[in-house]
Amino acid sequence: MSASTAKRMRDRWIPWMLLALALGFVTLCLLLPLALVFHQAFAKGLQAYWAALREPAALSALRLTLLAAAIAVPLNLLFGIVASWAVARFEFRGKSLLIALIDLPFSVSPVIAGLIYVLVFGAQGWFGDWLNEHDIKIIFAVPGIVLATIFVTFPFVARELIPLMQSQGNDEEEAAILLGASGWQCFWRVTLPGIRWGLLYGVLLCNARAMGEFGAVSVVSGHIRGDTNTLPLHAEILYNEYQFTASFAVASLLALLALVTLAARSLLQWLVDRQLEPPSTSHTRRSLLNQAMACLAAGVLDAMPDTSASATQSSESMVKPFKPEETP
Amino acid sequence: MPSNSSIRPPIRPRSVLPGFGLCMGFTLLYLGLIVLLPLSAAFIKTAALSWQEFQAAVSSPRVLASLQLTFGASLLAAAINCLAGLLLAWVLVRYRFPGRQLLDSLIDLPFALPTAVAGIALTTLYAPNGWLGEPLSRLDIKPAFHPSGIVLALIFIGLPFVVRTVQPVLAEFEPELEEAAACLGARRLQIFWRVILPTLLPALLTGFAMAFARAVGEYGSVVFIAGNLPMKTEVTALLIITRLEQYDYSGATALAVIMLLISFMLLVGINLLQAWTDRRAGRTGFAR
Repeated sequence: MSASTAKRMRDRWIPWMLLALALGFVTLCLLLPLALVFHQAFAKGLQAYWAALREPAALSALRLTLLAAAIAVPLNLLFGIVASWAVARFEFRGKSLLIALIDLPFSVSPVIAGLIYVLVFGAQGWFGDWLNEHDIKIIFAVPGIVLATIFVTFPFVARELIPLMQSQGNDEEEAAILLGASGWQCFWRVTLPGIRWGLLYGVLLCNARAMGEFGAVSVVSGHIRGDTNTLPLHAEILYNEYQFTASFAVASLLALLALVTLAARSLLQWLVDRQLEPPSTSHTRRSLLNQAMACLAAGVLDAMPDTSASATQSSESMVKPFKPEETP
Repeated sequence: MPSNSSIRPPIRPRSVLPGFGLCMGFTLLYLGLIVLLPLSAAFIKTAALSWQEFQAAVSSPRVLASLQLTFGASLLAAAINCLAGLLLAWVLVRYRFPGRQLLDSLIDLPFALPTAVAGIALTTLYAPNGWLGEPLSRLDIKPAFHPSGIVLALIFIGLPFVVRTVQPVLAEFEPELEEAAACLGARRLQIFWRVILPTLLPALLTGFAMAFARAVGEYGSVVFIAGNLPMKTEVTALLIITRLEQYDYSGATALAVIMLLISFMLLVGINLLQAWTDRRAGRTGFAR
């Protein structure tokens, strides 16, 4: 009797112990470093914090960081959408190889990512002489930083979209195309609404990494202050010069970016969960599909008023069975 | 006829959906220009070296010490991440407590926080006069500028991998299996070892391999805390940069090729593990 009570007591304590252990670990490993960044940044007061951020070198680092992200993110977004359309919507040989190649930059060390661009565009690289003759600077200049940023953020959007689009299947798009939608219409009205949250999430991660990349950019930048320094590099230089408050002030901007990214991620997750609320997941989904097809068919019919009566007749009769019963 | 065509997908797929040629062309072009062409530069540069030169570049004592440190620290950090990640995934999936959502989003912090910020924060935290460094130094433990500091930084960087691979598998784990084991008289620990852990194993290994692969190439979070003493606390990524700064391009590239080959092997391993995880998940789904 007493033994079993003791056992029950112990069983009740196990969850609490595990929970305490987990929270303790997260506090030590994740929360403390984060808190320390802000603590150090404001250690000498708001005045010093502002002064560190308004320094010309800090401002130009901020500009360069924003510029690199503004080029790298849209390019990788475009690539992500195009690549996931090709990979997720069609069957072809060598597909898994292609997916593995798209993921490749994730498993390349950032330092090596920088190095390979030096080998191609550097003074002794493949195009070094040609670039020198034409007075184009890529390495130790802004284009190199942008290229390295594109490389390290290459897979983010594609990686988010490919599994999502594969899980959705082709049915809705095929229906849209068969109903006469053009490729663009199909993408804007059928594909995009289905992938928008995943897309946004991929862009967020891509942006966070683009603004925060350190290793790859460090290799190609040359650390020219006020010219080729991004925010992380600026924080590094200040830290190595023992200007800890200024360094952590710059770092706090980046930490803030990380926190905003995490918050936005949670918000997106919440939106997706709400969209797919359980009671009638398949139900809602099917009725959404029906609505989409009905809208499309309507749009297609509007768009071609001059078609023969029989064609109109037939597409109308195709639409009919889907329309009424499940729309709320 | 139809069975014949379903055996191997054709090179050019037949589908009503448009845009395959254009999308595939753009994908391959962009992939080739941004990733494959620059990566091939590393291999071509190394191929120009003679075998002796290559050997000299990658087997000096300093290189061997850095490789040993990099792989040793990465293995240790990934192993600790496995334990911590399993614990965190378990707590997140199985328990309901206030702040669970917050904890869940916080797990991704190492992905979102720039590595340089993590590096300077951890260094300041574990420096002899830091928040954690001071109490630790009284116990005569000094993580900053010591290999243990490198492990700490790599634990930070790799933490989300294991949590995020184990979490979905654990969430889909059918409670019936546990109940059946309990009805048959298994104790909690037995259930965990014999029923739950084998199911989680592929995901756990995938997370381990991902954390390990990330740790091996890590630079930003490590350079600050390592102190970068040759032979003692110099990781391979840093050694590559050191050689670059000395304009020893072929030496740096030879090292990079070694690291790349190891990463590729890890990548293949991770893909195989992932396929194993998916197959497992598929099988239980089918049984249901």
